[in-house]
Amino acid sequence: MTMSHGFPRGRAAIVGASTFGIGKCPGVSAVDMAAKASLLALADAGLSLSDVDAIYTTAPYEALGGMELAEYLGLTPKVTDCNRTGGSAFEVYVQQAALALDAGLIDCALIAYGSNPASSQAPSVGMSRSSGWEAPYKPMTPISFYALAASRHMHDYGTTREQLAEVAVAARQWAQLNPEAAVRDPLTVADVLGSRMVSDPLTVRDCCLFNDGAAAVVMVRADRARDCAKRPVPVLGAAHAVTHREISSMPDLTVTGAAISGPQAYAQAGVGPADMDLVMLYDAFTITPILFLEDLGFCPKGEGGRFVSGGRIAPGGDFALNTNGGGLSCVHPGMYGLFLLVEAVRQLRGEAGERQVKDVELALAHGNGGFLSSEATVILARG
Amino acid sequence: MTPILHPEAEWRAHLAEGRFMIQRSPSTGGHVFYPRIMEPGTGADDLEWVEASGQGVVHAVTVVRKKDPADSYNIVLVDLAEGPRLMSRVDGVGVDDVIIGMPVRASIISQGDAPLLVFVPA
Repeated sequence: MTMSHGFPRGRAAIVGASTFGIGKCPGVSAVDMAAKASLLALADAGLSLSDVDAIYTTAPYEALGGMELAEYLGLTPKVTDCNRTGGSAFEVYVQQAALALDAGLIDCALIAYGSNPASSQAPSVGMSRSSGWEAPYKPMTPISFYALAASRHMHDYGTTREQLAEVAVAARQWAQLNPEAAVRDPLTVADVLGSRMVSDPLTVRDCCLFNDGAAAVVMVRADRARDCAKRPVPVLGAAHAVTHREISSMPDLTVTGAAISGPQAYAQAGVGPADMDLVMLYDAFTITPILFLEDLGFCPKGEGGRFVSGGRIAPGGDFALNTNGGGLSCVHPGMYGLFLLVEAVRQLRGEAGERQVKDVELALAHGNGGFLSSEATVILARG
Repeated sequence: MTPILHPEAEWRAHLAEGRFMIQRSPSTGGHVFYPRIMEPGTGADDLEWVEASGQGVVHAVTVVRKKDPADSYNIVLVDLAEGPRLMSRVDGVGVDDVIIGMPVRASIISQGDAPLLVFVPA
């Protein structure tokens, strides 16, 4: 146990991955979308619905979403989970599924999500009560909470609005290489700086999309993975940390739980940040990848703004980050964490087309939930 | 010492009487806000109410921008002199003039029908 830091390194793998309905997906329910993505991921793996004996899903507006998807698919899973760690839920599911697979509790895990807030009247992610200690001051949820963290990072480390804007611009340039990405028109730093201020220092272009999309991945044990349709993607590490719920209780506004989950995941995997060929970081707002780059060890604390400058994280730069266009320019249907994993799988398999990064052997996907509250890091390898 | 069993209700009752109270654990010496039945981290459940000094420093700030600039307002996180951090607003200063590091002091005002804890420049 000590050697593996509690995780069954490489003993489970992602064998199927899919996206569906990115952008606009009107006229259907969220569970229709999750089910469609599930079938696509199973087909990608060369498996069938009857192989699935575990369902991990976080429904956008149904607290009983795990039961809902099991019923819809017509399955009787041995494990059903619908956890509430926000956008990080899907990275947490990879951890939990790997453990359950390795223990022999289950044989095939389906992780799925669908939501169409841009096309549907249903309230999205509306199951969290507002805080009696924060709501009276009328913060814009969740933008103001991330804005407060950004304000402190700028104060402590001299991070600039131009550096924040670079994150949005790089995401857009990657999106322009991804036919699936929802927003692909040109964007400059000046455009971001000149766009409508929402909650200082974040403009509307510093904020992620709120559009439609579904995704799914399928996991099995590594031995069985060899018989699947495509090259498997072994899970080398998966770790999770929760530090707070409300932003006023965040222990340090400039240090996230990624500073805990990241080192644990590296230790499980036996690799470090310098070994990563692709990094997928939850970009709900332009400040979040800057914080995670620091906390995950890609640069020292406080250097994230300078790290992303000068096109370094854009196509052609020397650091491949968020190559699908991210939540900022590809897709963010309320919760985005599963799309990070799907893009990592596609890059590791060499399926990423025009945006393919050369020789991706190790990838990191980092999910964020709540208000920098829940952080989960997954490390994946080329099989 | 009667244990605090209704932390939020007791805090709001104090506020309605014009007092900004926080909790303190005699055994650990720690101060706690928001009110709860135990000190986070230690589990100490000997919390008692003490009057906050009201002194604080702005730790982080954002301005929520509205179509009419007159409707824009600030939101801050304030570090209390006793240690805890909380969300609030700084009144009595221009919306763009609230800066990190600014000393502030607590003030209880009425918003709607309810008392509200805000801060003003110290």
